[in-house]
Amino acid sequence: MSNQTQDMNQKNGKLVIKLVAIVFGMFGFAFALVPLYEVFCEITGINGKTSDTAAVYEAVEVDRSRVITVEFITRTNTGMPWEFTAQTRKIEVYPGEMNQVDFYVKNSTAKDYVAQAIPSVSPGTAALYVNKTECFCFNHQPLKAGEEALMPMKFYIDPQLPKDIKFFTLQYTLYDVTASAQVVAMNQG
Amino acid sequence: MSTATTELDHDDHHHGAPSGIKRWLYTTNHKDIGTLYLWFAFIMFLVGGAMAMVIRAELFQPGLQIVDPNFFNQMTTVHGLIMVFGAVMPAFTGLANWLVPMMIGAPDMALPRMNNWSFWILPGAFTILLASLFMEGGGPAFGWTFYAPLSTTYSNDTTALFVFSVHIMGISSIMGAINVIVTIFNMRAPGMTWMKMPLFVWTWLITAFLLIAVMPVLAGAVTMVLTDKYFGTSFFDAAGGGDPVMFQHIFWFFGHPEVYIMILPAFGIISAIIPTFSRKKLFGYASMVYATTSIALLSFIVWAHHMFTTGMPVEAELFFMFATMLISVPTGVKVFNWVATMWRGSMTFEVPMLFALAFIVLFTIGGLSGLMLAIVPVDFQYHDTYFVVAHFHYVLVTGAIFSIMAAVYYWLPKWTGKMFDVTLAKWHFWCSLISVNVLFFPMHFVGLAGMPRRIPDYALQFADFNKWISLGGFAFGLSQLIFLALLIKACRKQGEPVSAQVWDGAEGLEWEIPSPAPYHTFDTPPVVK
Repeated sequence: MSNQTQDMNQKNGKLVIKLVAIVFGMFGFAFALVPLYEVFCEITGINGKTSDTAAVYEAVEVDRSRVITVEFITRTNTGMPWEFTAQTRKIEVYPGEMNQVDFYVKNSTAKDYVAQAIPSVSPGTAALYVNKTECFCFNHQPLKAGEEALMPMKFYIDPQLPKDIKFFTLQYTLYDVTASAQVVAMNQG
Repeated sequence: MSTATTELDHDDHHHGAPSGIKRWLYTTNHKDIGTLYLWFAFIMFLVGGAMAMVIRAELFQPGLQIVDPNFFNQMTTVHGLIMVFGAVMPAFTGLANWLVPMMIGAPDMALPRMNNWSFWILPGAFTILLASLFMEGGGPAFGWTFYAPLSTTYSNDTTALFVFSVHIMGISSIMGAINVIVTIFNMRAPGMTWMKMPLFVWTWLITAFLLIAVMPVLAGAVTMVLTDKYFGTSFFDAAGGGDPVMFQHIFWFFGHPEVYIMILPAFGIISAIIPTFSRKKLFGYASMVYATTSIALLSFIVWAHHMFTTGMPVEAELFFMFATMLISVPTGVKVFNWVATMWRGSMTFEVPMLFALAFIVLFTIGGLSGLMLAIVPVDFQYHDTYFVVAHFHYVLVTGAIFSIMAAVYYWLPKWTGKMFDVTLAKWHFWCSLISVNVLFFPMHFVGLAGMPRRIPDYALQFADFNKWISLGGFAFGLSQLIFLALLIKACRKQGEPVSAQVWDGAEGLEWEIPSPAPYHTFDTPPVVK
């Protein structure tokens, strides 16, 4: 009888270990979803994020057979008091052609701020074909109290852009990252 | 007294229940723990119900009159959390504790001491959650789905308590699920093969696998909310490179299987009750097993139907729409099988059967409104309206909770040895049935007309319907007090003694042991032919 109980305990123990392993595996999977989600969105471009690294403009053929309209929208997140506007609201470009658009920012408060711009393209599928060689959104942008600046953004549209996209919107949202930027600066200092 | 207990322990392992509070605190007996779970779930049902009464009182008239909007938000949030994690899930776990060992011919659950723990950490979790309501700033007010950034950037300081209590609830259900799986895998009586197991055991086994697969994902999601809010990470903060929409993906990857966790055991219960009172074998046993399994598997690939309006590409919307609609096939198989079981059966309408029949009709209504919500273009109209509220209350209240009530009425005489008060039970059934429809059916109409959910005020044209909804709500709330009275009477062992079989069409191992079920059953495993 006690032998039987021991066998049963062993059998139960083995199964419990396997089940607990599944539990820990799934807890890890929840966190693995974060990079998986990013990679998935980067490959498919479905969340409208453009690449956050600079592209190289090299041997790109300009496709003069069609014109793409690009519209620029700027907004600031809740609690971000800067002025933020695009110097050009709308441009018409050939795929493969290099373009520059400047964005104007002004910190009219009495406080120093650090900002981070986050891009979003709509329709999202166009995001994969927006190549930026230079963008203010690649870095934190600090402005002292009362300062203003013109921030450049240079980009070209990949000529591979699907034919059905004739128009897209590129939106930048400016976030206040002053608090976290100071923490980073302190850690580095 | 304590010496007497120790002596008993020494002399005879097969002692009866010890008395007093220690019996309940230290118990490792599956029947005691089942009773604890069921009472806990019922108390939480009344607490969460009281919150629903606050919500319906505020919505009785347009305008703000009883509570301020922030408290209203706390009520909708905590009502949802309590009903999901405090009422429905513990009630099913309680039923599993009572019934699974008796149905498979096992003397107890496989891991009795863990069983004790998994129950006794639950009251702690809900004390923390409820206590946060009385703290400065109030409790969680971001909805039970705690979408970021509502739960991160815009939440109050008690969010840490919310996170901690959800962690404990998760640990409790994971331990419960592991226990169920180990019990069913290793402790079946000789001859109890997989395809001879009662469907309640099958559905619970599959539910337990869903639980261990998705509760850790919920734990991960709340942990990310915690670190985003308090430790400066940016999982869901766009400024730091995160994505708030990703929260919804992670949450609903847990959330959709979760809704099946709350309905699969109900399918098992209905599959036990319908054959008994139709006096026929269940039609299509094997197809029921396969249908349950396929519902469970499909539940992992439909999560984004909760997010159609987040701006997904049309290909993804089509995929999730069709995958969702596919689930209606196995669900339809189940409803068909129940109806086919009743076909030409010698049906009688005892109280458990009444609840089971109401379940089939009303759950199907909830299923059909779910099918409407699955259609992408119309979901853009229905999203976040009272139509959604009507849908999930039909599947959860008249679905899950009606099945739990059916189960309690069905097995209560086995547990107490006495027939419950049938007059009170019929009052409870009819009052609940009428009021629950007055409560939830008009929600479809105000939802289609555009009344948004989770808002303490509404446009004047919704006033008449809301008055009816609130009256139905109060009546449904009061009807549950009849149930409370009935349960207290039953626990005091009032009523006519019943036979071992209790219901004359009942089949299964639990009906072969005497009523009331002795403290220890199946010390020697029965042989199943």
